[in-house]
Amino acid sequence: MILSTSLNSNSYSFIDKLKAVDYFLIIIVATIGLISIFSIYSTESGNFSFYTKNHLIRFLVFFSMFLVLSFVRVSAWYKQAYIFYILGIVLLLLVIFFGISASGSKRWINLFIMNLQPSELMKIAIIVCFARYYHRIHSSDIQSYKYLLQPIILLLIPCYLVITQPDLGTAILIAGSGLAIIWLAGLNLKYFIYSGLILLVSLPFIISILKPYQKSRILTFFNPERDPLGAGYQIIQSKIAIGSGGLLGKGFLQGTQSYLEFLPEKHTDFIFTLFSEEFGFVGSMVLILLYALLIYRIIRIGSSSRSFFAKLYCFGFASALFLYIFVNIAMVVGLLPIVGAPLPIMSYGGSSMLSIMLGLSIVMSCKIYSRDSIGS
Amino acid sequence: MIKKTGNLNKNKVISRRLFVLVAAKIGLLGIISTRLYNLQISEKKKYEVLSDKNRIREWKTPPQRGIITDYFNNVIADNQRVYQVHLSLEEVSNFNNSIFKIKNIISLKEDEIKKIYENKEKSKPWDTLIISENLSWQEFSKLNLYLHELEGAKPVLSTSRYYPYSNDLVHVVGYVGDATTKDIQNKKKIEENFVPGLKVGKIGIENSKDTDLIGDHGTKRYEVNASGKKISEISYNKETQGKNLRTTIDLEIQQLAQELLKNQAGSICVMDIYTGEVIAMASSPTYDPNKFTHGISTKDWNEIKNNKLRPLINKSLAGLYSPGSTIKPLVALAALEYGIIDTKFKVNCKGHDHPYELYGERYHCWKKNGHGLMSMRNAIKQSCDIYFYEVARLLGVDKLSLIAKRYGLGSKVLEDFFSEEKKGIVPSTKWKKQVLEQSWYLGETVITGIGQGYIQTTPLQLCLMTAQLANGGYKIKPNLIYDKEIDLDKIKSKIESEKNKSVSQNILKDQEFKHYERLYRNPNNLKVVLDAMYGSTNEQFGTSFRSRHKENKYKFAGKTGTSQVKRITDQDRELDLDLEEIEYKSRDHALFIAFAPYDKPRYSLSVLIEHGGSGSKAAAPLASKLIKKILDRHELREKIRKDLKNIV
Repeated sequence: MILSTSLNSNSYSFIDKLKAVDYFLIIIVATIGLISIFSIYSTESGNFSFYTKNHLIRFLVFFSMFLVLSFVRVSAWYKQAYIFYILGIVLLLLVIFFGISASGSKRWINLFIMNLQPSELMKIAIIVCFARYYHRIHSSDIQSYKYLLQPIILLLIPCYLVITQPDLGTAILIAGSGLAIIWLAGLNLKYFIYSGLILLVSLPFIISILKPYQKSRILTFFNPERDPLGAGYQIIQSKIAIGSGGLLGKGFLQGTQSYLEFLPEKHTDFIFTLFSEEFGFVGSMVLILLYALLIYRIIRIGSSSRSFFAKLYCFGFASALFLYIFVNIAMVVGLLPIVGAPLPIMSYGGSSMLSIMLGLSIVMSCKIYSRDSIGS
Repeated sequence: MIKKTGNLNKNKVISRRLFVLVAAKIGLLGIISTRLYNLQISEKKKYEVLSDKNRIREWKTPPQRGIITDYFNNVIADNQRVYQVHLSLEEVSNFNNSIFKIKNIISLKEDEIKKIYENKEKSKPWDTLIISENLSWQEFSKLNLYLHELEGAKPVLSTSRYYPYSNDLVHVVGYVGDATTKDIQNKKKIEENFVPGLKVGKIGIENSKDTDLIGDHGTKRYEVNASGKKISEISYNKETQGKNLRTTIDLEIQQLAQELLKNQAGSICVMDIYTGEVIAMASSPTYDPNKFTHGISTKDWNEIKNNKLRPLINKSLAGLYSPGSTIKPLVALAALEYGIIDTKFKVNCKGHDHPYELYGERYHCWKKNGHGLMSMRNAIKQSCDIYFYEVARLLGVDKLSLIAKRYGLGSKVLEDFFSEEKKGIVPSTKWKKQVLEQSWYLGETVITGIGQGYIQTTPLQLCLMTAQLANGGYKIKPNLIYDKEIDLDKIKSKIESEKNKSVSQNILKDQEFKHYERLYRNPNNLKVVLDAMYGSTNEQFGTSFRSRHKENKYKFAGKTGTSQVKRITDQDRELDLDLEEIEYKSRDHALFIAFAPYDKPRYSLSVLIEHGGSGSKAAAPLASKLIKKILDRHELREKIRKDLKNIV
C-alpha cells in the first residue's frame, strides 16, 4: 500500500523519478556486489556451491529490493521512523526469548526463509530514528539536557541488548552510527570530550565485565604472539595472507592462505583478507576506492537534499557505512582488535546485506524525492 | 523569520560537522592505506616467507648407507630389502585402537609396543611412525590383506643393514642401530640427515666411517592445508646413498682366523708389513651384528653380555696382555742398537736350582733344567729367560721402553679410528714416577725383559711391532680402509732410499718418526734378531719348531710367548701342573708373533689365546695354518692391488 501511494504521488512523474535515480551509485553497488560474489566463489576454491549460491541469491534479492524500495517516498520513512526503531527493539527482545544460538552467542531469529540478525537491522533503524529525532529540534535546543538525555537513552537500549547477546562488534557499530548523527546535529563538542574522558576512566571497569573471550581478543590484539594458536591465530594468519599478497596479489583462486584453510571465517569477517591476498595492494586500493566513491555519492545526495531528515540520514548512513568498512579492514590488517564486524556487501551474511540494501534504498529515496521538505 | 535563520544556522552546523567527519574519514582511510602499504609492499618478503612456511612442509627421506666390501670386493655390509609397516599419525584418529588392531595382525612384543609409544611421544603430529622395521613375508602379506581396516597404516618396502658374514667380521665392521640423542648431538652429519628410523654406526667401521657411509637425506616438499593434510607434492630432492667403502680385510683369511679361534677367547691379527693394511683382525668369541640392526632383544643381549669369554670386547685392540717372550726380539735389538752387548755375549742358564738373583730376589727361567750357556741367537730361539733378565738389567728399562715405543708399543695402532682401541703400557722410570708416584726397582727392569710386569700390549700392537721388525725397521701406517695414497711401490722405493741414508748416534734418542722412515741404527742388528726368530721356528729346540712349514715357500719366522696371569710361586713350580689341572682363569695366555715368508717377508701376524697355556702349544699351530692360507692368497691380492692402482 505504501509503495503504490508513493509511486502515484502527484508531484513526481514516473519519468522524473527515473531521471532522479543516482545510476552511478547503483553501478558502484553492483560492482562491489560482483566483486563480492567472485570473492565468495574463491572462498570455496572455485566451486559454485553453497556459499556462492546463497550469496548470489541474497545479493540479487536484496539488490532488487534496494531498487524497488528506492521509490518509497522519503516522507514515508520519516513517518515510520519510530515504528522502525520500536520494531528493531522488539526483534532484539525476541532474540532473547526465541533466538538461535551459534558459537556461544544468541543473535538470530528464525524467519523460515532466513535467519535474521535484528542487530544488523538496528544499525539502520537507529540512524532513521535519530534523523527523525533531530529533524525537528531547533539547533538552539540541542544543548538542553532534555534533548541530550533522550537520544542517549534511545541509543543505550539497543546497545545494551546487543552487548548482552553478546556481540560487542555490532554494539559498537550501532553506538558509532548513533553518535555520528548526534555529532552532525550539532551537540556541543564538550559533551563528546567529557564522555570520552568518562569512558577512559571507566575502561578498567568495562574490561572487568567483558566476557573472557572478548578480553582475550583485546589482549591478543596488543600482542598476537601471546597465543599464536588460539586467539592470536586469526590476526596472524590474516596479516600473513594480506602481506604475502604483495603488490598485485597471488591471483584469483590462488590465495594459498585461504584455500589451504589457514584463514578463519574467510567468507564473513575476513573476506577482505582473501580479496587482498588474491588481488594485492592494487586490488585492495581499488576496492577501498569503490567504497569511498559509494560514501561520496551518499554524502552528495545528502547535501543536495532539502530536508534535515534526508541530510541527517544520508550523512549518518555514510558515516555508519564508513565506520563498518573502517572497523572491518582495520581489524583484519591488525589495527583494531577482532570484534566481529562484517564488511558491507562483501561479507557473506543475509542480515548484513539486507540492512545495507535497506539503508541504501532510503538514501536513493532521499535522492528521488530530494525536493520534499518533510513535515514542517 | 526566526525559523528560517534557525534552519540556516542548523544547515551551517550540519555542514561544518560533516566537514569534520569527512576529514576524519580521509584521515582514517590514510591510516588503512598506509597499513596495507606496509604489509603488502614493505614487508611483503617477510609475509611471503611466513605464508610458505604455513603451506609448505618438508619430509626427509632416509638415505641408504654405503656398502662395505673386503679387499676383493666381497660385500661384508649390505643393504637388504625389508618389509616394514609405518603409521602415518595424521591419518590416525585413535592411536591406541590402531596399535591394538596392528598388534592382532603382526606379532608385537611388549617392549616393542612400549618403544612405539615412546617414539610417538617424540613425534610431531604429521610424522610417520615406524611400527615394525622387519616383518616376515607372511606378516607383511597378512597386513596387506587387512589394510583397509587399518587407518594410516602403510606397508613399506625399505632397506636395512645386513651383514652376510654375520659373526666373522663384527669386530671389524661393527653394527648399526637407531640414532640416539647423543649420536645426533655428537655427529653433525647425523644431525643434518636425521630421519626417524635412521640407522647409525655404533662400533667398528660403521661407527668410524659413519660420516662417509650415511649419505644425504632426500627432501619431499608438500603443500599442506591448515590441518596438516598433504594436498600436493611440490618437489622431491632425491636422497643419495653413502659412499661405498673397500676395506683392506681379506674375507677368507678373516674367516679362517675366526674359525681357528672358535670356542676360545683370543685374537689373530694379520698385517701387510709394507702397506700396513690390516688383512685380518679376528677376535673371539664373536656375536651376530644383524641382531642389533632392529634393536636387540633382552634375551640375546643378556646372552652376549653374560658370556664369560666377553664377546663384546675386541681383543685385538682393546684387550691388554703382557707380551711375554714375544718382546724378547725387541729387547735383544735394543741391547744391540745401544751397543750394550754384542752377539757373542753369553749367559749361563742353570735351571731352577740356580736361579737368577738380584738383591735377594730370585728370578727363574721357564725351563726347569736350564738352557746352559746361551748366546743371543739361542736365547731368542729357545726363549731363555735368564739371558734376558741379564740383558734387560744391563740395558735399563728406559732404553728398552724407548725402542719398544719406536716399534709400535704403547700407542694406538689405528690412531683414533676405533674409539675402543687401547694404548697399553710401556713402562719407564718416568712413567712409574708420574703414574704410580713410586721409584723404579731394578727387579722390575728384569721382568720387563721377558715381557712381564707393568708392560701391557694389544695383539694388534704386537702385530705392528713384528711388521716393523720384519720390514727391516721402517715405520708403517696401519690402516683398515683401502687408501689409494698408500702405494706399495712408492713405499718400497722410499724404504730403499732410507736404507742408504747415513744416520748418527742421535737416532737412538727419543724422537718422532714419520711414516716409512728408518727406525734403526745398524741394519745388522735387525738381521741378527730376525735370523734368531727364523731359528725359533725352523731349527730344532726352537720354541715353535713343531709348527714350522717344511715347504720352502711357506717358511716363516716367529716367536712364542706365554703371558703369566698371576705370579708363579715356588709351590707352582714344584707342582708343575698340566694345563687342564689349572683353573681356567689362572692359566697363562698363549702368544705367538710371526712374519712370512721368511726369505722375502711380506706379512706379519700375532696370535693370542686367552688362558691357552703356552705359546708354542696353543698359539703357534694356529699361526702356521693361517700363514699357509695367507701365502696362498698372496698372488691374488697382488693382482687386485694392481687392478685397483690402474683404476683412475
